[in-house]
Amino acid sequence: MKRAVISASGVSHSFDTGPTPVTVLRDIDVEVYAGELLMLVGPSGSGKTTLLHILGRLLSPSSGVVTLYGKNTQALGEEELAALRLKYFGFIFQAYNLFPVLTATENVMVMLDLLGVSRQIARERARELLKSVGLGHRLDSFPSQLSSGQRQRVAIARALAGDPKILMADEPTAALDAESGLRAIELLQMLAHQQERAVVIVTHDPRILQFGDRVIHLEDGQIAERLATPRGPSPLHAMGAL
Amino acid sequence: MSLGKEIGLATRQFGGRSGVAWTRPSLTLLIAWRNLVHDRVRFAVTLVGIAFSTILVGIQLGMLLNFLHTTSTVVDHAGADLWVAAHGVPSVDLATPIDGRRRFQSLAVEGVAVAEPYLLHFGFWKRADGIRQIVILIGVEPGAEMGLPLTLPAGQSFREALSSPDGIIIDRLYAEKLGVTGLNQLVEINDRRARVVGFTDGIRTFTQSPYVFTSLRNARSLLGRTDNLITYVLIRLAPGQDPATVIERLSARMPDVDVMTSREFAANSQKYWLLTTGAGISIICSSLLALFVGVVIVAQTLYASTMDRLPEYAVIRAMGGPRWYLYKIVIEQAVIGGLIGSVVGIGAVAVLVYLGRNMSSPPLVPAWLALGIGAVTVVMCVGASLVSISKITSIDPVKVFR
Repeated sequence: MKRAVISASGVSHSFDTGPTPVTVLRDIDVEVYAGELLMLVGPSGSGKTTLLHILGRLLSPSSGVVTLYGKNTQALGEEELAALRLKYFGFIFQAYNLFPVLTATENVMVMLDLLGVSRQIARERARELLKSVGLGHRLDSFPSQLSSGQRQRVAIARALAGDPKILMADEPTAALDAESGLRAIELLQMLAHQQERAVVIVTHDPRILQFGDRVIHLEDGQIAERLATPRGPSPLHAMGAL
Repeated sequence: MSLGKEIGLATRQFGGRSGVAWTRPSLTLLIAWRNLVHDRVRFAVTLVGIAFSTILVGIQLGMLLNFLHTTSTVVDHAGADLWVAAHGVPSVDLATPIDGRRRFQSLAVEGVAVAEPYLLHFGFWKRADGIRQIVILIGVEPGAEMGLPLTLPAGQSFREALSSPDGIIIDRLYAEKLGVTGLNQLVEINDRRARVVGFTDGIRTFTQSPYVFTSLRNARSLLGRTDNLITYVLIRLAPGQDPATVIERLSARMPDVDVMTSREFAANSQKYWLLTTGAGISIICSSLLALFVGVVIVAQTLYASTMDRLPEYAVIRAMGGPRWYLYKIVIEQAVIGGLIGSVVGIGAVAVLVYLGRNMSSPPLVPAWLALGIGAVTVVMCVGASLVSISKITSIDPVKVFR
């Protein structure tokens, strides 16, 4: 039987933003497996992003248990959770959030720097990674000199720099045109299928749902539907149809 | 090779996840530098603010040092081991007279090798144009070993200069103020004739009343004194004598006078002008105010820069970066700004000190003071970064997803 990389059981979460707490997640059970592309979908306010935060250990749930490789992470403090994220997770943000003052290479080097890799080795490896995502010709470009698709590839390279077992992506195609979006999903699908990484994507982009191995549909903080496909189709085929 | 294999190869080569140690040179310095120069106008404003603060502090403390230096310059350069003064004299320039026989009483005390009279009193100098200036007359015996002006130009002998009955020596700095254009010029002090027979160099006065050196006999004549009163007895100890022991003996023999070491008397004079008059306190307050202005400017700029970078800092936290990594970036920004700003500021202070070298009260900024101000400025900048650090402490990595 396949063992879950991340397991969330009985997870609920509320925000104390006003006089009465607002409950955004109710009794959620989710498991994330290596080698799969899991998509969290749902309308705005359904709780999908909060669930991503909780699975990515950026946020501790109000109740419930989140385990990572079978170990409970509930009792960990902020710095311990940060160390955990550094060790196991790679994040791809909707707005990319690259350092505008650093070149593409240097942006990727930041992740390696956090891991304690020496500067010279980090530079070489950052360049290798950028070349591998097709940015060999933009190594020394600043984010402002890159297109949206290129910026996202830098963000993906940065997320991969630490060789994470788990990739968390928030709306990775929201700011991309159709072709760039499919290329990004193709890359993430490949990272899951060929490299046995667990990839979790939050999206409300209907174009990419078909490429997920599993789709969890959230509504009003609860799981409304779970869909599984034997193996999502390749976005490259979809690109051919564009 | 497929894209997937390439990425896998690239990432797997990275090896272990040791985690960054805060002592290791890291990218933080590069990020700090780029953060600063990214907005050049803001960086320039910061540097101007830091440099301005450094200049203010440098000049103020330079003035204070000059203040301290000039209040005790007569004592510092007299070459005496001990000073005998009237009881309760607060400062070397504000003395009451003592009997001239104190010199001989001092000489009779064991451990005293040389005891010389020293007369110091205010006088009125009348310029050729009729304008009067207050001066401080200092009279010593022409054969004295102590109390002489130490900066007499080469080729001039104090003893020869004062051998003439009406000879006086003034400092070149004050020649114009006193209306003196050259040697052998006749002047009036207390309506008595005197003749300028020599110039010293760089003997400044705190009170702005120039020192006028002359022989003891001539000083008495210019002051119209027929008594045997003097102001101080300057004492040189016999070799190997303990100052404290000799002071005890002198005090026992002359209980109605004060006996102090030169160091004590200089310190008393400095303390008097520094604390009693309020002049020193106001200079210290001005310096602190200048520092405070610098802190506010740096804190404001760093805070604005930090607020601009909060999303990127949140990303680092989300990626698993420890808080100290972010602190390091902000502190390094502060140190870079502080170092560059203080170097510019100290350079400007050096130019100002050079330009004011011939003023009667120029700021005194030796290397140790310049380095100290630089260090204080950098510490000030780091202190100013605490406001930004407090902001980073509460940073929420979840924010980057919004």
